[in-house]
Amino acid sequence: MSVRVQTEDFDAGFELNQLRHARKDTGAIVSFIGQVRDLNDGDAVSQLTLEHYPGMTEKTLASIIQQAKSRWDFFEALIIHRVGSLKPTDQIVLVAVSGAHRGEAFKACEFIMDFLKTEAPFWKKEVTQSGERWLEAKHADDAARERWMK
Amino acid sequence: MKIKIFYFARLKETLKFSTEDLELPDDAFAQTLTILKLKAYLAKRSDVWQQMLLGKLKVRGAINHELVDDNAPIADGDEVAFFPPVTGG
Repeated sequence: MSVRVQTEDFDAGFELNQLRHARKDTGAIVSFIGQVRDLNDGDAVSQLTLEHYPGMTEKTLASIIQQAKSRWDFFEALIIHRVGSLKPTDQIVLVAVSGAHRGEAFKACEFIMDFLKTEAPFWKKEVTQSGERWLEAKHADDAARERWMK
Repeated sequence: MKIKIFYFARLKETLKFSTEDLELPDDAFAQTLTILKLKAYLAKRSDVWQQMLLGKLKVRGAINHELVDDNAPIADGDEVAFFPPVTGG
């Protein structure tokens, strides 16, 4: 398992190939990529800045993977999350999970994303025509996390 | 007791503080310090601090890189952080 927080972009194709070849008994790789949208709450967005809490971020992401590992049987999990200044269509996050079969990998990937959104210390600030604003946490994200607690 | 405090996102921007070392006398207050008590202590600094830490904004607390609730106890040497609900991903 691996966790990276970086300003640089990432090559999802390269990362997925690494997972493909990491183990020959891998039968499924599930991945999620989050990217910057040019529209949010009805306003055009020209830039997104991501701040984080160095140290706590990496620790939280590693702990989320461990929690997923205790629930599902998968081989590898990778999280890459970018910080700093991003533009629309830039990649923000990659979560990839490999396993023997798709079922457990799909669930683990979604679980990791839902917990990343609600627990990992990242904060987004966007630039629109009317100025800068911090994004508010969404109830839908809390609800997505709660589904796993049942 | 000595603790380190970090502020992030809207709190950091509005308070114009990113980090500070806080030294408190080793009295009953310090010995029973919690996240909520520390917020109330810092809120006395000014109206802006009061608004940011005890106002409408939901403020999460962390101790030594772990998310905690308002009643979590703070010990000497701890690293405390205050920030709004997270919005990554």
